[in-house]
Amino acid sequence: MQHMRLKQLRLWCLLPLFILTLMLTACGQHVGEKDVMQTERETNEITWGVKGDMRLFGLTDIETGEIRGFEVDIAKAVSKEIFGKNVKVNFVPVNSNTRLPLLKNGNVDALIATMSITADRKKEIDFSDVYFNAGQAIMVKKGSKIKSVKDLTSGTKVIGIQGSNSVLNIKKYAPKSEVLQLSDAAQAFAALKSGQGDAMTTDNGILYGLTSDDPSYHVVGGSFTTEPYGIGVNKGQKKFLTAINKALKKIEKNGEYQKLVDKWFSQISGFDGSVVK
Amino acid sequence: MISILVGHWSELIEGMKYTIASSLLALVGSLILGVIFAMFVISPNKSLNVIGKIYVEIFRNIPLLVIAMFFYIVMPRIFPGLDGFKAGTIGLTIYTSAFIAETVRAGIESVPVGQMEAARSNGMAYLQAMRYIVLPQAIKIVVPSLGNQFVNLVKNSSVLAFLAGFDLMYQGNLIASTTFKTTDTYLAVGLLYLVMTMPLSYFMRYLEKRWSKTPTV
Amino acid sequence: MQNFIDAYSWINLRFLLEGMWVTIYVSAISVVLSFIIGAVLGLIRYMKIKYLSAVIGLIIDIIRNLPLLLIIFFMYFGLPSTFGIRLNTVTAAIVALTVFESAMLAEIIRGGIQSISGGQMEAARSNGLTYLQAMWYIILPQAFRNMVPPIVSQFVSLVKDSSLATIILLPELMYHSQIIYGQNTNYMIPMFVAMAFLYFVVCFLLSQLSKALARRLN
Repeated sequence: MQHMRLKQLRLWCLLPLFILTLMLTACGQHVGEKDVMQTERETNEITWGVKGDMRLFGLTDIETGEIRGFEVDIAKAVSKEIFGKNVKVNFVPVNSNTRLPLLKNGNVDALIATMSITADRKKEIDFSDVYFNAGQAIMVKKGSKIKSVKDLTSGTKVIGIQGSNSVLNIKKYAPKSEVLQLSDAAQAFAALKSGQGDAMTTDNGILYGLTSDDPSYHVVGGSFTTEPYGIGVNKGQKKFLTAINKALKKIEKNGEYQKLVDKWFSQISGFDGSVVK
Repeated sequence: MISILVGHWSELIEGMKYTIASSLLALVGSLILGVIFAMFVISPNKSLNVIGKIYVEIFRNIPLLVIAMFFYIVMPRIFPGLDGFKAGTIGLTIYTSAFIAETVRAGIESVPVGQMEAARSNGMAYLQAMRYIVLPQAIKIVVPSLGNQFVNLVKNSSVLAFLAGFDLMYQGNLIASTTFKTTDTYLAVGLLYLVMTMPLSYFMRYLEKRWSKTPTV
Repeated sequence: MQNFIDAYSWINLRFLLEGMWVTIYVSAISVVLSFIIGAVLGLIRYMKIKYLSAVIGLIIDIIRNLPLLLIIFFMYFGLPSTFGIRLNTVTAAIVALTVFESAMLAEIIRGGIQSISGGQMEAARSNGLTYLQAMWYIILPQAFRNMVPPIVSQFVSLVKDSSLATIILLPELMYHSQIIYGQNTNYMIPMFVAMAFLYFVVCFLLSQLSKALARRLN
């Protein structure tokens, strides 16, 4: 009796695993890829994935609940260029972990979310021309012994953001340092402030946004990589991509781009103007 | 999914080690804390009683994530050195201890009051009577639900992922964000969670059935 | 102290309450849905219908043994790529919570029904009631009385668990407080206090309500 029970037990344990494996083989394809240009013309609406917790780029305004920042403004300008003045522009907050799946699943039509153009990502999605040139840097508390990325030796901990290109880079530039990855910039900064790490690393523009909040932290050592940001769209959206590139060129020519750069970055001390495209 | 399991086996196993370690530590910790606070709650001493009740009510009614986050980003200012794993495990311990306290209290209260009275009138001290007469009986009622608490602990330890606690969920997040195979990664992670929790919960169910058939007292 | 005064500005408090509203709204919908689904599944599992009960039982067991966090991820990322169903954050959170809590409730409900002795069913049947009648009029009302406390504590869990949906950026209480202290880290401790307080109020009231309800039923 006892023996049989145990046997049954074992069977019940194996079965779910088996079924799960069966389920998995059924997985695979993406949401039917409709032409964004056509859908958008019909509904007169476009949805962008933007950062919601990054000052300067995309930050949720506590008073209004709206997201504001350089990337949000670029997205609005580009949408108007492509679809006309009356287009309804929606913004969905994303983080570095959620942005790619959301684009691929079709929750958002395009991403403008501090995303560097990398070879690995290019295999998954398409990128527009560069709209911003960032570079990876590190940020520490003022008075810290760490003066540059070279000081991140063994025994140090560096905090990064899950899904960002910078956590991959830092393993090359500071291979001895332990990397802690948090889900977004706000959590990473909170962790740095409570002493979970000796430094935080991500792109300089994001770090300058944080230091403008809290001057007791500063960016040290300059940037050690180049991170060209591009607008991400799904593969197979060639028409949409061409339209975005055309729109980017146009706002650069008519001075709107420069106006937005000045609006968001002119007052940031220490931010090198030449970093911007 | 198979490719994720094969290609990232070492990270996933590493994550499972942290998940199991955190759950086991939290189980021991929350058992101790839980029994202590259960004793407080049923204690005839007024102030202990109030402390016990406040502890249980507070930690039963606040999300685990809030407690764990608090230990990760607020407490290190007072106690430096609380990393993600430690902070998460402490959070898990405290959160679970409130539930265990409730279970243990219910178990103790299910032992007829007469037994305590009989023991006391035979000259035992309150704590003696508790230790030798009431607790051994209560434990038999409490053990099955403790098994379920352990399954919950394994599942709940996934909050470590929010705190860079190197657990299975955290490793899953990192794999998903570097391979871009989100669905496959989370299915693989799910499978590994099931490997840990499923046998355990079936075993507890089997135990419960067996114990309910044979009278234990 | 100044941090506390500044942190609890009207604008910040309103933002927190907006988050709490999402928490309550998402939880309330999930509570209703998961109660209905959980009851149906629990009944099917109890009735031991050939194959159906076993399959449903297995699915329930799988869901119960997975971390909710994983289910949330799956609903937000996995469903669209697997089945082509695209959900926004609010729906994904509701679906994930409902799926998870339905499985939990189904077990509670099955156990509750099982605890009512089989003799009652037989007595009712021999008095000429059909199986479903006996279930509806005799068994369920009694079982329900026993089930109220565990069901409500499951609802309390649901409210707490909804905080995990910050991972998919659901604009609920936890996420909103993170946004506030993310923009000014001096507000971190005040935000934790406020967040803990608000969750506590909701959950504590809910569990007190259940105690009162249980007392009235008995």
